[in-house]
Amino acid sequence: MKKSKFSLLNILEQYSVPIMFIIICAICIPLSGFSPNYLISEIVTRIGRNTFLILSLLIPIMAGMGLNFGMTLGAMAGEIGLILVADWQIWGIPGIILAMIISIPISILLGYICGRILNMAKGREMVTSYIISYFINGLYQLVVLYMMGSIIPIKHASIKLPRNYGIRNTVSLLNMRQHIDNFLSISIFGIKIPILTFLIIFLLCLFILWFKKTKLGQDMRAVGQDMEVARDAGIKVERTRIIAIIMSTIFAGFGMVLYLQNMGNLSTYSSHSQIGMFCIAALLVGGASVNKASIGNVFLGVILFHLMFIVAPQAGTKITGDSMIGEYFRVFISYGVITVALIMYETKKRNLKKKQGIALSLAQKEEETNNA
Amino acid sequence: MKNIPLLEIKNVKKSFFGNQVLQDINLSLHKGEIMGLVGENGAGKSTLMKILFGMGMIKETGGYEGEILLNGNKIQFQSPFDAIKAGVGMVHQEFSLIPGFSVIENILLNREPVNKNVFSEIFGERLNTLNYKKMTSKAQNAIDLLDIDLDSHMTINEMPVGHKQFTEIARELSKDNLKLLILDEPTAVLTEKESVALLSSIKKMSELGIAIIFITHRLQEILDVCDKVVVMRDGYIVSNVNAKDTNIEEITKSMIGRNIEVEKKVLNTLSTKNNIMQIKNLWVDMPGEVVRDITLDIKEGEILGIGGLAGQGKLGIPNGIMGLYEAGGEVIFDGNSIPLNNPRKFLDSQIAFVSEDRREVGLLLDESLEWNIAFNAMQIQNKFLKTYFGGLIKCRDEKAIKDISKYYINELQIKCISPSQKAKELSGGNQQKVCLAKSFALQPRFLFVSEPTRGIDVGAKSLVLQALKRFNKENNVTIVMISSELEELRHTCDRIAIVTDGKISGILDSASSSEEFGFLMIGKTK
Amino acid sequence: MENTDTYKNKISIKSMIHNFGLPRLIIALFLLLLFIVAPFVGADLTTQISNTINRFSWNACLVLAMVPMIHSGCGLNFGLPLGIISGLLGATISIESGFTGFMSFVMAIVIATPFALIFGAGYGALLNKIKGGEMMIATYVGFSSVSFMCMMWLLLPFKSPTMVWGLAGKGLRTTISLDGFFDKALANIFQINIGNLSIPVGSLLFFALLAFLIWAFLHTKTGTAMTAVGSNPVFAKASGINIDKTRALSVMISTWLAAIGILVYEQGFGFIQLYMAPFNMALPAVSAILIGGASVNKASITNVVIGTFLFQGIVTMTPTVMNSMIHMDMSEVIRIIVSNGMILYALTRKSEATK
Repeated sequence: MKKSKFSLLNILEQYSVPIMFIIICAICIPLSGFSPNYLISEIVTRIGRNTFLILSLLIPIMAGMGLNFGMTLGAMAGEIGLILVADWQIWGIPGIILAMIISIPISILLGYICGRILNMAKGREMVTSYIISYFINGLYQLVVLYMMGSIIPIKHASIKLPRNYGIRNTVSLLNMRQHIDNFLSISIFGIKIPILTFLIIFLLCLFILWFKKTKLGQDMRAVGQDMEVARDAGIKVERTRIIAIIMSTIFAGFGMVLYLQNMGNLSTYSSHSQIGMFCIAALLVGGASVNKASIGNVFLGVILFHLMFIVAPQAGTKITGDSMIGEYFRVFISYGVITVALIMYETKKRNLKKKQGIALSLAQKEEETNNA
Repeated sequence: MKNIPLLEIKNVKKSFFGNQVLQDINLSLHKGEIMGLVGENGAGKSTLMKILFGMGMIKETGGYEGEILLNGNKIQFQSPFDAIKAGVGMVHQEFSLIPGFSVIENILLNREPVNKNVFSEIFGERLNTLNYKKMTSKAQNAIDLLDIDLDSHMTINEMPVGHKQFTEIARELSKDNLKLLILDEPTAVLTEKESVALLSSIKKMSELGIAIIFITHRLQEILDVCDKVVVMRDGYIVSNVNAKDTNIEEITKSMIGRNIEVEKKVLNTLSTKNNIMQIKNLWVDMPGEVVRDITLDIKEGEILGIGGLAGQGKLGIPNGIMGLYEAGGEVIFDGNSIPLNNPRKFLDSQIAFVSEDRREVGLLLDESLEWNIAFNAMQIQNKFLKTYFGGLIKCRDEKAIKDISKYYINELQIKCISPSQKAKELSGGNQQKVCLAKSFALQPRFLFVSEPTRGIDVGAKSLVLQALKRFNKENNVTIVMISSELEELRHTCDRIAIVTDGKISGILDSASSSEEFGFLMIGKTK
Repeated sequence: MENTDTYKNKISIKSMIHNFGLPRLIIALFLLLLFIVAPFVGADLTTQISNTINRFSWNACLVLAMVPMIHSGCGLNFGLPLGIISGLLGATISIESGFTGFMSFVMAIVIATPFALIFGAGYGALLNKIKGGEMMIATYVGFSSVSFMCMMWLLLPFKSPTMVWGLAGKGLRTTISLDGFFDKALANIFQINIGNLSIPVGSLLFFALLAFLIWAFLHTKTGTAMTAVGSNPVFAKASGINIDKTRALSVMISTWLAAIGILVYEQGFGFIQLYMAPFNMALPAVSAILIGGASVNKASITNVVIGTFLFQGIVTMTPTVMNSMIHMDMSEVIRIIVSNGMILYALTRKSEATK
């Protein structure tokens, strides 16, 4: 670790996205007119709601598979778990835990499929995982919309469509709403701190830090940096990559259950579709890149991204007088951030190659002058 | 029991698709002995090493004959992992290191000492945690054995090349049971100072009882450290002597060997002819073929050969000039200086290039043969086009394209079903002919041909060479031919320049003796 | 003798299937099955065929917009929404300027063209900077531009009462009826009506014209260079071709075709859809051309025609046939699975083309 190499310019470049967001937030917060108390309590809620999901993205990045757009698969697994639990009327914390347990085998299966496909599309993992999320979404609809109630027994009419098969557009999770958040929660200056949720997130962070030091974690880092070298050293590259995706999918499933217990209801056909995009955008806002992300990026990202999300509509209304502008603005920002991050990653990759060439030719020139 | 050699190779033979590349190899190596292995490219060194290291391609191509004994036991490695288990280590020319890992992590890659924990008991041993303390001490031990100054916490991508090489060697040393270490041209990438350090650590390793096979083109290094010198040529071992009893001249002689009769060509006319191309201080950044400083005059109407050992830079010359890799210096053609790094400028000056890399550079594999032949001439010289609206729209003239393709198919005897057959469906030799046809169709004044006979069969070889000679004579085209096969150059060219270490080490007339060429190749003048 | 002949036949059939691709074969057979089953379950075949042809005429130009970029090696154009936005700008500005009837269609094309070329040039320059990562970035460039335009549709000073929200008097509506403007502008030309079967000859001819232009372009010197750049960029570089320029040109053509494509779509559909509507238009077009036999770096006009027909055939046929058969409308789900499955298949095939 050479500190001297990082000049101020480098730091600015590295953290350009977070800095940009700090500026956006700094402009929007006063405009929105929200009280600090309200903002802080909203942010705390959203940290509890989203962090677990975003953390699930870290492991595939470590394994060099880029941003896992396929985390949606885990989200779907979590939703299936919740639908079943809701039908069985197992509520509260036991229901949440059961939903998580049900999601595990589904996540493993989906993660395995995803991993296998990604191994066939090395070098374009991101676009492939992105399409996989759409493809599996089709299968998910097939199961939830047509097979549940007809093939998979669903007892309760409250979650079934009137036609007697298929799940309704929304499934109420009122009986488990914020049960984990409220357990052990404390209140400071009127801001509710969901201690148990934070504890769970903290445990996942610890797990990730610990995991990096395991043999498997080391193998993933090696595979992520150079597959061929790792293979020559005897590491099972394909298997390691599949494990990375499966782990990510399982965590995404847990994360989705946590997310939905906070929300209190499940939009059967749309909850998962945007979740991947928002999580990835948040991670990138925190200063992560396609091949490098840390737990710090996750927390910074959650705070900045959701701060923007809360204040943008109000600020937009104040500026333009139209409430929709702010809504569209935050969608634009989410997509824009991902676009910019992807472009920066690709150009950096190319510049690095160019730099190597320049260094080589410089060395040759030097030698030439030395020899002359 | 001292007399049993560590390694014994008995009557090993190997052929690829009926092509005999190793013949009756017999070798033995004792504990702590250092063997220098030299030979031209294609002499069979690397095939022999691949057999020793159990590389997959040997098995895939039908295995080998004869037997190899390690410590008196017959071995038959199925994969490099078997070889490593048996105590054979190899340092390849290309680095096999993880760029973002530290020296320690690389040395112990996939062999990290670990601690057990609760999770690993349940979920399997891949969840064991790494024992960094042990890793550090183990890696440091290996580095200490090498007796070099290497910061074990540095990450690979921040290091000079030499240190990467040392890391690779340290990795082999850190394997507890290492008995035999193969070093494939380890000094090629090192600075002089680093080479000296490496040679002394090689000696140190041998003192520890490790036998070493040392492959290099730098003969002085071999005489400096090796106990014995083995020279290979054309798949045979042609000499196996103690290093004390030989010298550079003798090694070179046995390396080059055959002294072929080349008819003396009339050269005096050449010297009067003017220079069509002058290359001045050319440098090229081509991976594996770095050109440092080439100055060369090429006379109008000649066939100039460029030879030299692999990796010395001969391939970089045409690739750099034709703009495929970053280059600098000056190229003057027909009195005009042509800017580098711009392929179009050279093509516009009627200079054509047949690349050594047919599949990646030379051909549109997915397109038809006629496209391949006509494409350059169409794009550069507006040939084979029909124009409409007073030249505003230029369309392909399919008939003209077909005609020119048929002409070259006849002329060069390209075996194909029809001109519209896809290039990837042709054999190597026929693909090479298509590449030639492509550049002939440009009707160039000057032609670079790089490795024209690489990977094609004997019949196609002579056809290609004859076509080049005829093209040179009939159309008065200057040809610069780059080839690893000296014999081929001597048969085809008027003069031959030898490139060593990215520089021209000398230019000889093709009738010069083999030894003279040999000395130039290893960078030694008599 | 006979044995060897049948053997040869077997091989050629096998290689044919291999070349055609198993998924394509399954889709084609599935569609065939739908056509056969349709009369038995009580669906009116002529209406179905008529629908398929009509939908073909709406969508074919959008699918055609994939061809230039695939040819130059820029991959599947997931950035299609960018071109669509140019088309939408053309359509809205044309109406705003007071053009009506067929003239509004012509003017929409005229106005959309400079937008498409400028956007295409910028998009092309961007894609040249990020060679190798085109597809993912194209997707997100499309998304960002769509969401950016969402704001613009609200903010731009459109006034035409047919287009803005009635109450607020500003901001464009999400759907704008083209009645009186260019609704069926092309479809009505030479339209043939036989019973239930109606064929929009004008739209088909317009597509044929565009397809011919692209076909002819690919036969010019520049078009040939473009194919070479896509087929083997190193070869093209060694042949003195300016790769970046060629790629940028292909992106501009693709973007322009997308702009025209959305206008053709709208004249058939009868409405302009703004805001998030262009969002999901890229994936159907991408999968259509893949179903037609294209790969990530090879595509032809035939692929466009076959692919659009198969894709639209399935989209129109499945709901009716499925509904009458099992009383379940699974068409949407089938469409999602088929189209994305096809894209996945193309992305994971290594041997689709030799590099």
